[in-house]
Amino acid sequence: MATGAAMADEDAELVINGEIEMIERTTPPAHLDGALGDTIMSGWIFREDETQAFQMDDFENPAMIYVDKAMDMFETVDGAAGQACSSCHTDVAEFEGLRTQLPRVNEATGKLETMEDIINGCRTGRMQADAWKWSSEEMQSMVSLIGLQSRGMPMDVAIDGPAQSFWEEGKEMYYTRYGQLELSCANCHEDNWGNMIRADHLSQGMTNGFPTYRLSATRLISQHNRFRGCIRDTMAESFAEGSDEFRALELYVASRGNGLSVETPAVRQ
Amino acid sequence: MKIWLSAAIALAGVSVAAAEVIEPTDVRFENGAIMESLTGVPGDPAEGRKVMNRGAGNCIACHEVSALSDLPFHGEVGPLLDGVGSRWTEAELRGLVANPKMMFEGTIMPAFYKTEGFIRPGEGYTAKAPEGPLKPILSAQQIEDVVAFLMTLTD
Ligand code: HEC
Ligand code: HEC
Ligand code: HEC
Repeated sequence: MATGAAMADEDAELVINGEIEMIERTTPPAHLDGALGDTIMSGWIFREDETQAFQMDDFENPAMIYVDKAMDMFETVDGAAGQACSSCHTDVAEFEGLRTQLPRVNEATGKLETMEDIINGCRTGRMQADAWKWSSEEMQSMVSLIGLQSRGMPMDVAIDGPAQSFWEEGKEMYYTRYGQLELSCANCHEDNWGNMIRADHLSQGMTNGFPTYRLSATRLISQHNRFRGCIRDTMAESFAEGSDEFRALELYVASRGNGLSVETPAVRQ
Repeated sequence: MKIWLSAAIALAGVSVAAAEVIEPTDVRFENGAIMESLTGVPGDPAEGRKVMNRGAGNCIACHEVSALSDLPFHGEVGPLLDGVGSRWTEAELRGLVANPKMMFEGTIMPAFYKTEGFIRPGEGYTAKAPEGPLKPILSAQQIEDVVAFLMTLTD
């Protein structure tokens, strides 16, 4: 009984600015093996009409302010090397498609890398500037700007080869019942998507929209911040943002959404 | 008969009010049920009603209960609880709330009177490691109270 909570229009189709058609529902990747039925769905589908509307028009999308700020930062010199991002990357559009592949295994280090890792790699290694904190406004604004270059393209993270062991680790986490409430990600987002839990309409817990602008928090939310919050809500000791555990989980959760359009930056309640 | 029974239970409650509380680790389940009261003090349905809400058991996060329609936002994860007082005995309901996994293997419903066997338990909702020994989510008396409330949900 969803008393008071306005329900979403679950048949809505996501078209941005009246022209960019998004894949907000599609056939699940084979590895899911029917776990989410015959359709995977963007979290946008489960949001209330007003929240949905914010994301359908870039002039209404509050995250776009941060994208603009990131564009300024992209061209601003920072760090001892006297460089701006634009000193080496002349046009941010060169990052088109990158968001669909992340996280990925870095060939040199053999470790999983996220967008945050890559950005901080350039900041500390090439600009000799300070690393940004994972969920800081600067970092998530830049993650949004670069992600936006892939908007509309289907998520397509690799789960085989060198990525496989990380993917397995993330999968293991997804089905682990953490905390004093003994709840796994799957308990909420696989067994109960579409159901109300308190005032929240449970989605399939997809990450294709991240960073998301949360209207309730009035700021950009990183993937790891969302994971941390969801695990905290099971009365568990969570993992840290930027931990190897959350990198692995990020890969696994991203792979559940392979085929959905990148929506970065999405809007949520 | 019914009146006599509840009077007897109330009397029993008075006489053993000082009795020891059964700790979470000492609870004995019989086919998912807990036969004896955890405190010896009869549950108070009015207090139990409060346990159903946020801040305590938050049962309505997952369950719809018609008798609690004055409270907003009932969830859909668990079944409607109307009539549970007719479907289950008091002992079964006590077992179900204390640790429903003893009745429904693998159920998503949390155990409210359990302190061991968790993976990465935290200090409440802080996301941090526990600061001391874990407390059950509900106290022994809150379990008795919520069971008393559930017993009022008859068809
Ligand atoms: C107790 C229930 C619960 C558990 C357990 C849980 N979540 Fe969530 N999660 C929610 C709720 C409620 C929301 C907000 C509504 C929604 O999008 O489903 C949410 C949102 C999310 C979102 C954002 C979706 C979007 O489109 O913005 C992601 C991603 C997510 N969860 C991942 C996870 C992962 C990964 C785990 C396990 C580590 C997990 N969740 C465990 C309840 C839960
Ligand atoms: C001194 C040069 C330099 C600066 C300054 C620099 N980068 Fe880089 N960046 C590189 C090089 C070299 C690579 C690796 C080669 C490549 O993939 O383009 C790279 C890679 C990247 C990638 C991954 C590209 C891909 O497709 O794999 C991203 C994203 C990126 N940089 C973002 C940034 C951002 C954001 C900034 C500023 C905060 C920045 N870079 C500053 C030189 C630089
Ligand atoms: C996270 C979700 C969740 C929470 C929180 C929860 N329950 Fe449940 N409950 C369930 C589910 C699911 C079932 C069905 C059992 C099964 O088959 O898994 C259930 C079953 C029950 C039943 C048996 C219902 C019947 O008709 O047979 C009772 C009684 C019950 N719950 C009471 C409570 C009480 C009291 C609380 C709070 C102190 C509570 N529940 C909290 C999910 C929940």
